[in-house]
Formats: sequence, C-alpha cells, structure tokens
Amino acid sequence: MSWADIFLEAVFYIFVLLTVFGGLLAVRTQILMYTVLGAAVAFLGVAGLFMFLGSLFLSMMQILIYLGAICIVLVFGIMVGYTPRQVAEQGIRGQNLLLAVPACIASIVLLRSAVGRTIWPPVPTAERDFSLDAVGVHLLEKYGLAFELISVLLLIAIIGAIIVVTVKEDPR
Amino acid sequence: MLSQDLKTYLVVAALLLIIGVYGVVQRRSFIGMLISAELILAGAGLNFMAFNRFIAPEPAVGQVFTLIIMGIAATETAIGVSFILAVYRQFKTIDPIQLNELQESSLCGIPEVDDGPVVPSGGKPGDQDI
Repeated sequence: MSWADIFLEAVFYIFVLLTVFGGLLAVRTQILMYTVLGAAVAFLGVAGLFMFLGSLFLSMMQILIYLGAICIVLVFGIMVGYTPRQVAEQGIRGQNLLLAVPACIASIVLLRSAVGRTIWPPVPTAERDFSLDAVGVHLLEKYGLAFELISVLLLIAIIGAIIVVTVKEDPR
Repeated sequence: MLSQDLKTYLVVAALLLIIGVYGVVQRRSFIGMLISAELILAGAGLNFMAFNRFIAPEPAVGQVFTLIIMGIAATETAIGVSFILAVYRQFKTIDPIQLNELQESSLCGIPEVDDGPVVPSGGKPGDQDI
C-alpha cells in the first residue's frame, strides 16, 4: 500500500466524518443558521463521496445544486423570519424525543437486518462506462421521459412558488 | 480498503437517513424539517451512486437517478421556502411557538364557529380554497 493510497484513504475518512457530523450538527443545534451550516457540511461530504464513487460530474453537481442553490435558498428562508442568532424551538425542545428515538432505532434495526441478510452479487468484470458521455446518452435516450418530467416538475414548482408568495394578502 | 467497499457507503447513507428521520420527527420548525428531508434525499442519492458503482451492470443509470433526485430536492426546497414566505406574510412570524400562541388566541384570522355559512361574494363556493 503506497503513500498515495494511504492519503486517499485518509481523505475518504475525512469526507465520511464531514457527512456524519454535518448531519448531526444539522439536527441537533438550536440556532437555525448553524442548522443550514451543518447541512452544507454534510452535502460537501456527500459530494466528496461521489468523487470516490467515480463520478466527478455528480460531485460538481452536488456542490452546485445543494451548496449553491438549496443552502442559499434555505438561508434566505431563515432570514425572512428570524434574526441570525435567534434560538428556534425554545421551550418545545425534547418534546418529540420519545417519538424520534424509537423511529431511529427502528430504522437502524430494519436497515441492519436488510444489509446483513443480502448477498450482493459479484461485481461484473466487463468494461463499464462511467463517463459523462454515457450519462448524457442515457439522459436523452433511455430516460428521456424522466428527464422531461423532472423539467416539467421544476417548471411547475417555480410557477407554484411564485403564485404562493405573490398571492394577495388576506384583508382580515 | 474501506473506500472500495460497498457496505461503507451503505452505512454512511443509512446514517444520513437515520439522522434525517430523527430531524423530521424531532424538529418543530419549518426550516429544520425541510433540511432534515434534504438529508434523507442526499442519503438516497448516495445509495444510488454506491449501487451504481459496485453492482449495477449499467453504471450510468445511477448517475441519472441521482441527478433526478437532486432536481426533486431543489423543487422541494423552492416550494417549502415559498410556503414559509407565505406564512410570514400572513402572520409576520415563522416561529412555531408564536404561531401556536396566535392560533390559541384566535388572532390568526380563523373565524369563530357561529359566523354562519361563509359565502364568498364573487365566484362559486370553493374558489377561495385555491
């Protein structure tokens, strides 16, 4: 195992830790701005894992869409109603812990049993095309309908969002 | 090497899912729940990519699916934040506690029961629901 491999492994662990601790920060902190920060760190970690999975394109798209668009929109949503350092959910914290912890334990048990019992088929040894060209061909040929549907969904969402925020205020 | 093992990625994706479920159940603010849902979607995308890399016969399919998941996540965020804006315009706050207090003191505009049948002045009944 060369030094380069050890370095790559270390980078991989760093990305895994970023993902998990970013997620934990996102759900455990009380200041909402830190929540978005934790989510951004988690998304960055996932982007790094995508790179290790052999798709630089997906990694860049993850950074562009999640970090560049979604997190900015979420920060904007927070700044509408809260001051940046305001503590949200004060006084109702811990109310749902009795529900949340059993839900997590049930998820862990279910996933653990599913992953443990499955026998994964061996990796096909044939030449496989991970390239961006293949993604483009798939997106426009075989999965063209899904591509169109997601475009229409985005369009509807944009129009719906504009309608929701520009509807006239109720005079009551 | 852990970075070349399918189960590592499955465990990380499962952790993201579990963290997201915890957040969705435990959080009581709109933004917090929205972010937790995003974490769940990120975990799903990671799972797709892991299966794509290790056991799928056609390795571009998982990337296509992950791209579609990203699009859906962006859609969900746009709709959620627009709802938050609408709630803010109506109630001038998005703090769940204050919204709850507003509801209890019936200041939030919900009419009392004995107002009689509500007939909108223009249009058919049910038009105001849109």
